[in-house]
Amino acid sequence: MARQYFNLMSVIILLLIASISVASLFLAAFIWSVKSGQYDDEKSPPMRMLFDDKPNFTTDNNNNLTNNN
Amino acid sequence: MNKPTTSTTIQCYHCGEACIDKTIHIYDKDFCCEGCKLVYEILNQNGMCDYYAISKNPGLSQRIKVRENKFAFLDDEKIIQSLISFKNENQTHITFYLPQMHCSSCLWLLENLHRLNENIISSKVNFTRKEADIIFIHKNISVRKVAELLTSVGYEPYISLNNIHQVKPKFNKSKLYKMGIAGFCFANIMLLSFPEYLGIDTKEQNLITVFRWLSLLLSLPVVLYSASEFYISAWKSIKHKFLNIDAPIVLAVFVTFGRSVFDILTNTGSGYLDSMSGIVFFMLVGRILQDKTYEELSFERDYTSYFPIAVTRMNNHNQETVSLPDIALNDTLLIHNQELIPADGILTRGKALIDYSFVTGESLPVEKEMGEIIYAGGKQIGSNIEMLVIKEVAQSYLTKLWNRDEFKQATNKEERDSFVHFIARFFTWIVLFLSIASALYWWVVNPDKIWAAATAVLIVACPCALLLSNTFTNGNILRILSRNHLYLRNAQKIEEIASINYIVFDKTGTLTTGRYQDISYSGKPLSKSILKKLAALASQSMHPMSRAVAAWTNENGTHLKVTAFEEVTGRGIEAVVEGELITLGSREFVTGSKLPEIESAIYISVEGEVLGKFNFRNQYRDKIPTLIRQLRKKYQVAILSGDNSGEKNYLQELLGINAYILFHQKPEDKLEIIKKLQQEGNRVMMIGDGLNDAGALKQADIGIAVAENTNNFTPASDGILEAAKLHLLNQFIQLSKANKRIVMASFIVSILYNIVGNYFAVQGLLSPMIAAILMPISSISILIITFGFSNLSAWKMKLK
Repeated sequence: MARQYFNLMSVIILLLIASISVASLFLAAFIWSVKSGQYDDEKSPPMRMLFDDKPNFTTDNNNNLTNNN
Repeated sequence: MNKPTTSTTIQCYHCGEACIDKTIHIYDKDFCCEGCKLVYEILNQNGMCDYYAISKNPGLSQRIKVRENKFAFLDDEKIIQSLISFKNENQTHITFYLPQMHCSSCLWLLENLHRLNENIISSKVNFTRKEADIIFIHKNISVRKVAELLTSVGYEPYISLNNIHQVKPKFNKSKLYKMGIAGFCFANIMLLSFPEYLGIDTKEQNLITVFRWLSLLLSLPVVLYSASEFYISAWKSIKHKFLNIDAPIVLAVFVTFGRSVFDILTNTGSGYLDSMSGIVFFMLVGRILQDKTYEELSFERDYTSYFPIAVTRMNNHNQETVSLPDIALNDTLLIHNQELIPADGILTRGKALIDYSFVTGESLPVEKEMGEIIYAGGKQIGSNIEMLVIKEVAQSYLTKLWNRDEFKQATNKEERDSFVHFIARFFTWIVLFLSIASALYWWVVNPDKIWAAATAVLIVACPCALLLSNTFTNGNILRILSRNHLYLRNAQKIEEIASINYIVFDKTGTLTTGRYQDISYSGKPLSKSILKKLAALASQSMHPMSRAVAAWTNENGTHLKVTAFEEVTGRGIEAVVEGELITLGSREFVTGSKLPEIESAIYISVEGEVLGKFNFRNQYRDKIPTLIRQLRKKYQVAILSGDNSGEKNYLQELLGINAYILFHQKPEDKLEIIKKLQQEGNRVMMIGDGLNDAGALKQADIGIAVAENTNNFTPASDGILEAAKLHLLNQFIQLSKANKRIVMASFIVSILYNIVGNYFAVQGLLSPMIAAILMPISSISILIITFGFSNLSAWKMKLK
């Protein structure tokens, strides 16, 4: 009985470590997204993404065009 | 006898507007004007017709042509320097404000400018701000050319004097970081607390200790970083000897944290760290929701964003560009059609027809002859004029008006009158009293429990429920209002709207559209041939009244022969049309009567015989009479107009006999009347649109600026309302009132939770588990109440 209990607790510890690390990843992702300005303009990106399918067009203007120089 | 309607319903391929006078049929498509066709050609040549595929008729009407040299001022190095954001030997970065931007096609076209001109490296659009950051090679293309390129495809940059010393407010990201971190810590502390709530075996003491210390570690960022928002606000309020709602919250956070640290150190319990971080997290979410402002709108515009950045100066018959602050006395300025008069001066050349509707509220343009003084702020309509500057820009009547002390009064009326803070203060004293009382009780009965009971009371009874319900309700109401196109400066304004009892309207531009479209003719019937001749005569003049008459006739008189045309400034026009002398103008001009004119009407006579008159009615916005009748039941309503009293009878009938309806009001008069009303104990809401309302808007307890388009210039105000939604004003006020009721209701609910919590707390029995159950239940039920009720009220008021 005691042994079973011990196993349960080690599972909890394992889960805790896993969950905290996953949560940290999410936190890091969130902080990165704020930092990279994803919340600055909430209207244009959803529209911009619609144009991806069009031929002769890449969304990333900067890269695309600095090559052309 | 309303305005004539056209039967043609051909839609312009570019702008989607009905083609009225003529249709250009080319490339299998219809265009309403040359401008629209040109834009299409440019795009077609560059293989960019995707523009038309993304949204239907994405363009804007190009009927009004932009003057050719409009952007000549962009050749001036000094002006360029003030506009660009970055420049190296190769590239220049510049940000243009493009108010025409409105759909995904616009976004696509503007981000593909490089396909129109290879010297543009890239352009990136910020749709919220309606701005485009453009990077170009300045060796090959000038700033002026870039602006002209944008104009050629229908996106004319708006450059105003304000751009020179503009500091853009930076989006504040710190609250988002704080919220993210608080959320992370809260979730993990919660998880770490579960084993103990679920009854971990006391044999696993090591494990428990690890969990507790881990929780403590995780709570540090919450206390030290995430909650700093509240410390700052509380400290500020205490410095002003005033207890705002954040003060008791900071107290609760500190007490909870202190108690938890104590419990963990002495190994007597796991503390209340999960409840604490949860509350901080929820409160930050509420704050962010509430503070989500409309960054695309500016509530602090002053005359500088209304004025152009530069004008044309005549220097020995040469035209040169001069930036506005550099205009000196005795300069001769050339003002083009549709341009703003930047300084007070004397008209030296040409015939001025100046539209002051925005500055004074007069609905009709004023005609000026050479030698007369013209004031800054008006817009010239018609031909070019020249003027001699007699007062510098900073000294002009308009700017002086703006710089008056009353206008500068800080608008941030203290938050202390907010009822939320009032309740919070009241609540804080009760909680402190309760805490001390239970401490005293246990001091007598069982001194061991003093600490436990007194802190538990403070932990349970923190007014965070009140703060939560307040911020969430405010945030939601702000969102509902903005969905209905009323944009408030901040959440505090909701409460101010709810408390008003007096509503003052401006007339021109606010209740009316400012255009004369409602014409009625009374007199002898006009035959078809007379109508034709009338059209021919009326279309000779730029004056809006004759334009309106020309449109009313619904005839085309361009092929008729008009001779001996004469226009008498401010009085009327006459000419011989196909052999008949037709006169159109004021009563005195046509009939010779010397009686004072009391209405906006013009008379017509043929060969000296007076046939009748055209009455001009202001065109009221949709459903205005209904709105006024609704408002009259609950509020006192008044109208202050800068215009003539032509509409007096109609308005008096609408508002009731006792209502204030004043005409010929100068900006100062409006301000003084608002002041007087306030001194009589009224809380006044001012609704206006023009510069002449600016003072009144600021003086009023709440000033709402009405705008046809929220990107247009509006005077500084507490809120901006789209003109088409003015008829919903009553609903907006009622919703603001509901706001208070909802906050109160959820507060009462939270008091019930408090009673339950305190039942345990005063006995010293508040276990972390009870706190951990009560906290989320109360928070979530409050969120449901606030969201549910505010949306329900909006739905009941038939708001979107």
